[in-house]
Amino acid sequence: MITVRSLAKKIGQQEILRGVDLEVATGETLAIIGRSGGGKSVLLKHLVGLMEPDAGEIWIEGKNITGMNERELGAIRRKVGILFQGGALFDSMTVEENIAFPLREAGERNPNVLRAKVDEMLEVMEMEGEQAKMPESLSGGMKKRVGLARSIIRRPSCVLYDEPTSGLDPVVADSINRLIRRLQHRFGMTSIVVTHDMKSAFDVADRIAYLHEGRIYFYGTPDELQQSRDSLIQDFLLGRSDGQRGNRVES
Amino acid sequence: MTARLFNALGGTFLAFFQYLGEVVLLAADTFRSIFTHKLRWKLFLNQIVEIGLLSQLVVVITGAFTGAVFSAQTFFQFNKIGMGSATGAVVSVAICRELGPVLTALMVAGRVGAAMSAEIGTMKVTEQIDALRALAVYPTDYLVVPRALARMVSMPLLVAECIAVGIAAGYLVAIFMLDINGTYYMANMVRWTRNRDIIMGLSKAFCFGILIVFISCQKGLSAREGAVGVGRATTEAVVNASLSVLICNFFLTMLLNIIYPAGYQ
Repeated sequence: MITVRSLAKKIGQQEILRGVDLEVATGETLAIIGRSGGGKSVLLKHLVGLMEPDAGEIWIEGKNITGMNERELGAIRRKVGILFQGGALFDSMTVEENIAFPLREAGERNPNVLRAKVDEMLEVMEMEGEQAKMPESLSGGMKKRVGLARSIIRRPSCVLYDEPTSGLDPVVADSINRLIRRLQHRFGMTSIVVTHDMKSAFDVADRIAYLHEGRIYFYGTPDELQQSRDSLIQDFLLGRSDGQRGNRVES
Repeated sequence: MTARLFNALGGTFLAFFQYLGEVVLLAADTFRSIFTHKLRWKLFLNQIVEIGLLSQLVVVITGAFTGAVFSAQTFFQFNKIGMGSATGAVVSVAICRELGPVLTALMVAGRVGAAMSAEIGTMKVTEQIDALRALAVYPTDYLVVPRALARMVSMPLLVAECIAVGIAAGYLVAIFMLDINGTYYMANMVRWTRNRDIIMGLSKAFCFGILIVFISCQKGLSAREGAVGVGRATTEAVVNASLSVLICNFFLTMLLNIIYPAGYQ
């Protein structure tokens, strides 16, 4: 479904990605973990063409999207939804208008159809009755749910999640994780979840990729990650800032 | 020392030409979009209300007091040489050709240009423009095209309103406060004001509208660094739009005077 080859990106003088290689199969949920500021969100934005790489290729459903212009990317973006870290809701629109936005843009004008689809999405998100609220009156978790509803209302084949649980309390974070799993089961969507929340990664992922210093340092199942004896991975899993280096094992 | 000076000057020039290039590319992209993609009528009409309808009070007040004060000043000077009744002609031609379009453009650059760059800039720094792109909506189609078309339609109408109100205010001041003979005032005004003066004013209005919208939208789309970046983009949009209106006005006057020469011919 998604293949990334030797992806490199420099922002200013800083090398963010230094040759990322990644493969995501259809229907699979991949969690990309790594330290804050390590380039996870930059990688995610490349996958939907929001950033252009300096080198490397990104293939989505057999099409190389690198070098495509904004209009050509439109067809790809209809297949790949993205949930932004803060939701990125349109602040001049209500919840209902935000969720219905992609359908309206696709030419759907029938208010009954639009309302029915928005209601269905809100039911999936467990947010019934919130249609008329403005984004400013929603909590962080609710904004993420509305953002997610907006990005999946056109049933993309893949959803990218940028830090879906960051800034949320553990209960709300768990409900978002359950939501990701439910979407995977209900709609069979391929998912890529960028996170540094290990509980979230273990909850939702079929595979986990650890991004370190601009490269994929580990790629495997959650069990393989947990059993890894690599000190860098152990430090990250256990949240140790002063861990012993020198016992590094490339996976 | 000299090398550093040339480096600094070169950098400034390059930045300036890069900026001009970005504005021109945005304009080209917008015009291409206007002719090749369908218009979002609801957004266009919203912008007509925002840019046109809600700017009227500012434009009417600007026109009225400019016409009034220009009429008084012209009379004070012309009356000394016994030409007080020519005041109407001077006021009318000046408002049509210069004061109406330039002052309206400056007021609109302040009111609407600032709002445009602040709104688009806020959308940029809060990832709303990225969200638009991710939802397969091209930002130029959605944000710039409705604003540009609304400005092209509403700006000539606003300037026409400003001209009409300015001339009317000048007339009222001349008749009721300066005791000029109304018949002579009107006769001279009608005699010296030609259709080409009005066409020149409206042509300038159209050009200024285009300048303001692309400068403001480009600043909004390139806003960075959170609230500070949006504030800076907004200030730069208003300053750049106002200065470009004043500079372009000179060149437009020289050019349009060839097509629509001033005076009774």
